[in-house]
Parts: sequence; C-alpha cells; structure tokens
Amino acid sequence: MHEETCNDFARRPKLESVLPDPVRTAVMQTIARNRDRAGALLPILHDLQDALGYVPPESLALIASELNLTRAEVHGVVTFYHHFRNAPPGRRVVRICRAEACQALGARALEAHAKHTLGIDFHETTVDGAITLEPVYCLGNCGCGPSVLIGDDDLRARVTPAVFDELVAAARAAT
Amino acid sequence: MSGVKVFVPRDAVALALGAERVAQAIVETARLRGIDIELVRNGSRGLFWLEPLIEVATAAGRIAYGPVAAADVPGLFAAGFPDGDAHALRLGAVEAMDWFAHQQRLCFARVGITDPLSVADYVAHGGYRGLQNALAMGAGDIVAAVTDSGLRGRGGAAFPTGIKWRTVLDAPGGASAVPAAPKYIVCNADEGDSGTFSDRMLMEGDPLCLIEGMTIAGVAVGATQGYIYLRCEYPHARRALDAAIANAYAAGWLGADIGGSGKRFDLELRLGAGAYICGEETSLLDSIEGRRGQVRFKPPLPAIKGLFGKPTVINNVISFASVPVILDQGAQFYRDFGVGRSRGTLPIQLGGNLKRTGLIEMAFGVTLRELLYDYGGGSHSGRPIRAVQVGGPLGAYLPERLFDTVVDYEAFAAIGAMLGHGGIVAFDDTVDMLEQARYALEFCAVESCGKCTPCRIGSTRGVEVVDRIRADVDREKNLALLDDLCNTLRHGSLCALGGLTPDPVISAIKHFPEDFARSAPSHRLD
Repeated sequence: MHEETCNDFARRPKLESVLPDPVRTAVMQTIARNRDRAGALLPILHDLQDALGYVPPESLALIASELNLTRAEVHGVVTFYHHFRNAPPGRRVVRICRAEACQALGARALEAHAKHTLGIDFHETTVDGAITLEPVYCLGNCGCGPSVLIGDDDLRARVTPAVFDELVAAARAAT
Repeated sequence: MSGVKVFVPRDAVALALGAERVAQAIVETARLRGIDIELVRNGSRGLFWLEPLIEVATAAGRIAYGPVAAADVPGLFAAGFPDGDAHALRLGAVEAMDWFAHQQRLCFARVGITDPLSVADYVAHGGYRGLQNALAMGAGDIVAAVTDSGLRGRGGAAFPTGIKWRTVLDAPGGASAVPAAPKYIVCNADEGDSGTFSDRMLMEGDPLCLIEGMTIAGVAVGATQGYIYLRCEYPHARRALDAAIANAYAAGWLGADIGGSGKRFDLELRLGAGAYICGEETSLLDSIEGRRGQVRFKPPLPAIKGLFGKPTVINNVISFASVPVILDQGAQFYRDFGVGRSRGTLPIQLGGNLKRTGLIEMAFGVTLRELLYDYGGGSHSGRPIRAVQVGGPLGAYLPERLFDTVVDYEAFAAIGAMLGHGGIVAFDDTVDMLEQARYALEFCAVESCGKCTPCRIGSTRGVEVVDRIRADVDREKNLALLDDLCNTLRHGSLCALGGLTPDPVISAIKHFPEDFARSAPSHRLD
C-alpha cells in the first residue's frame, strides 16, 4: 500500500500540465497582476473568478506553489468565503436577499416562489444552464425589498413573485 | 456655456428603482427639445419612497420631482420641469420637506448635493478643510480633537474613536520613526448587517469624505498606508470608490505629497468575499492578509498589533466620515449635538416594512416611535407594526411597548438591546417570531467562522431545538434547553456573532411568548 502511494506520487504529472491552457493562462495572468500586493491571495481569487466565472479546484496547486503557500492553506481560504465557486455557474447568477429587512417585505415567499418555479435549490443551476440561484445576506437595499441582484451589478428593488418571473424571463432571453 | 443642471442619483437604491432609464430619457428628451442640460449623477437624498428623485437647479434653488419613471420624462419637460415648473410629481425643495427639515446632516452634508466623484465639487462644498487644518496641527492635537468631540465608533461597538487613535499614535513606529516602521489605517466597509445601508450611501454619495477622514487618521497617527475593506455585495460602492480614489490621487490629495504638505498617504480598496464575519475587525484584518477570516484573540488589540502585526487604526465608514467635519468645525461643534455620552449625530436607517424608508441623520435623542410613525409613516402593508429589530441580525426584537425608547447607546443597552450601526427594521403583525428566532440561529450557522465551538456547533443545534419546539416535541424542556444553549453561546464565544446571536432569539421568546406557545397559528399541530 505504502509503495503504491509513493509510486502514485512519483507518477503524478507536473502541476501545470493537468490544467487546460486557458485556465493556466488565466491563473498566471491573475497572479502576475497581483503577486506584489500584500495579502495577494484574495485579490487573485477574485480576479480568477471574474475571468472564469469560478475558481477551478485544479488551479489551487498552481496558485499555492506560486505564492509559496500550502495547497491546504489555499483550499482553506477558497472554501471559507461564500463568494467563490468551485464550478462554472449558469449564464446568469440570480441572488435573492434572505436577510431580515427583505423578510419583512416578503422575501421568504419570494425565495419559495423562486425555488419552485426554477425547480432548483440555492447553489444550483437550472437544467437549461441559464440561471444559477444563490442566497445573499443583504444588498444594502433594506428600505425597498425584497431585493434581487442579477449578474454582477443589476440590483432590483420591490421584487414580487410576478416581477421575479419577468426578470428571469428577461435574463433567459438575454443569454 | 453649460446648460440646466439636472441631478439624477446613481445610488444603488435609485438605480434599483429605475434611475438609469430616467437619466437616459432625460438626455434623450432634452436633445429632442434642443435644451442644453448638464446631467449630474449625485448620491441619494435618502427619501427612498420618492426614488428616483430627480432635481433641477433653478434660479430659486433646487427643485425636486419624484418618484419619476422614464415614461414621466416627456411630460415633465412639457410641463416646464427645466424651470422648476408645476407637475404632479413636483416636490419642491428637498430641504423644506418634513422628512428633511429637522435633520442635522454633518456626515451626510454633501450626499445627494454634490457630484460624488468630483474633487472640485467636494472642495467647493467644504471638503478637505478638515485635512488642511489637520496638516497644520500636531499629531497629538488632532487626536485630542477627535477625543474631545466625543465621537464613538459608529460600526456598532461604540468605542471612543479618539482613545483608539491615541493608542496607535503612542505605539512605536510610524512614518517619523527611525527607521520608519509601518502603521496602518483600515476602514471596515463590510456593512453586512441587514437594515443598514448608511456606509453604502456614504461611499456612493460622498466617497471623498471617507477618503479625507482616513487621510486625517493617517496624518494623526503617522500611518502612510490605508485599506478600505469593502464587501463584494456592493458593486456600486466599489465603482464609486475606485473612481474617487483615482481622482484624489490625480488631484494630489492622495500619494506622496498630500495637499502639498510633503506627507504621504496611500489608499487601496480591497474586496471581501461574502463572509459576514469579516465585519468583525480582527477577522477583517486576517482577510486582508489573505487568510480565512477567523476571529483573533484580543489582546493584543489591533491598535497595538493589527494588520500584518503592526499598529492599526480600524474604524467603520461613518466613523471616518465624521472626522472631516470635526477637524473643520472643531470638537465642540460636534459635541454640542447629542445627549449624555452619545455625542454628535447618527445616520439612522429606516428599513423593512415601513411606508417611508431611507436615511435620517440627526443628533441622538429621538425616540423609536417618532422614527417609525412620524418619519416612517407606519407600516408599508398598512397593518400594525408588531416588532422592530435594531442593530442588524444580532440585535434584539422589540415589541410595541418599548417604542418610546430613546435612540442613544445607553438607553438601548438599558433595555437589553443595542443601537449598533443605527439600522431599524420594522415588521408588521404577519411576522412569526419563532421563525425569526430560527433564522437568527440559521444565519449564525451559515456565517460562523468556526473558531469557537458554541457558535460553530451551537447555532446548528439551536435550529434543531427551535424545530422541535415548533413541532411541539417536549416544548417546555426544549425552551429551557434553548435558553441554556443561548447562555453558552453568549458567554463562550470570542466575538459578537456567537455572543450576540442569543439576543434576537431570547428577545423574541421574552417579548413574543405567544409565538412559541402550542397555540401559535403557524405551527399548531391540528
């Protein structure tokens, strides 16, 4: 058993070669842009997710070796923060605010409606690949909830179930 | 020759209600009518039920119209809106409206008035006078002014800002030390509490005020590097800060020679990544350092051993943004507002189920009832207001009989609540307080950093206990167990997340026991 493990390790391909070229290029570019910043890991992960839509788990070893961190450290950071995804999202990410101020204006019903009509739970993507549904805890729109964020920065206020259906239809049509 | 000045907010709330389409319609309609306009994208005046609230500069002052939809714009022009003429949506001068007339806007003095990204506009409206005064003062005098103003941290903990600064000033190192050793200024812009949005509005509506406040802090304690840690859920604030920082550098208010003083101050924006716990200051510091945002033991205090192990001033957005006016008008001016040990003004945020929501900045001393009914106009749904949560998801739920509580730090502490960041969320009588208690524990389970066992495990166990109460399984025994569990969380957690999650839970049980009884409508077994 022990011998096998050692052999596996010896046979393991070099880190870089297991990464598809576009991913490798994106990782190296984001590292080059940020490596001189103090505490560079979070900016690098943000950049990478902005470029690829997610942080590929297979890229963590390369990031770790470039930053002189252990793979465990990088894995620990990536999985700590809710924002980072380990798989590509649907064509549009739709975030529904679950926090109290939105609850006071009907967010619980909106959440149930969204999951039901899309046929998915939070952190899942519709079968057509169009919509990924995610929870968010406050978008700073606490006076005009329920609040929904579509994509990176399209914030919507007073989203009733009917308005939500319109937004989803528009998001589907746009992608 | 510039044309008629028209103001359309670029605040996130205004945009969420359609301000971008309104702005486009105004530009298009003006072009068709051959009217020369100068479009200013200001911050929000804080009257959300009237957003998008647009203004036009006339000979008789600024005239507001709202809420304006894009479809209203041709009609507005036809009615003579560029001259401030009559229209069904005409509101008159914002300052004359009831909502605004009794406010005391110190921190938010420029929000909604100026072009947030224009350094020239900022300076024309009193900006950078505080920093210029500070540059002419000794470090100790700047800190003394902040101490004498009575300013307490507006992030929630209400620790005296001047004392924090004094500790960092007295710590070894700084720009003038030989050899120079870094100290840091860090702004906590991780405004994750539901019901709070004053940081966001300030950063979108007057980001240079925050930048000036941080620069003054740098001059005061001898720090040359600052970081703003902004939550990534605020894309609009991010854009505003990016632009404002670049403009401040270009105008010489950041960099190697701030305001021609020969002193350096650099500022960098860092983004959070969706972790509520990073609003806790030591988690935030770990996060900037590129690590998991886990709470640190204190001591050492961040003022002694903070970012990268160096002495660090870490304050909330509103705390920093209150500093320019203190250095401009003097400590006594600021101190003259407020009551008791709560000095100055507080930007109060009205949210949730209210007819009129938004931002009100005034001196401490107004009652909750005045805010909910006189300002808020009662519930949005038209039903009775049953519960109010103040201070975010870790704040207590208060019943109607406590609505006469005065808004100041001590009065809230006296009723077992906390004012926190000044966010007030109202619920009507359809709220199920057992569900709210359950949510508080669920939120704690989602957001716990995992360091302390009571918070990491106790939150999940708490959700299960509430579920058993709802299902009427050993109700009395489980209520006692929940109380015991909350006690463990309160006393066995390092930071406020585990320590204060019991507040919404216990207050819900204490003030709304009927929702935890067998006869509660939502979870009756029959």
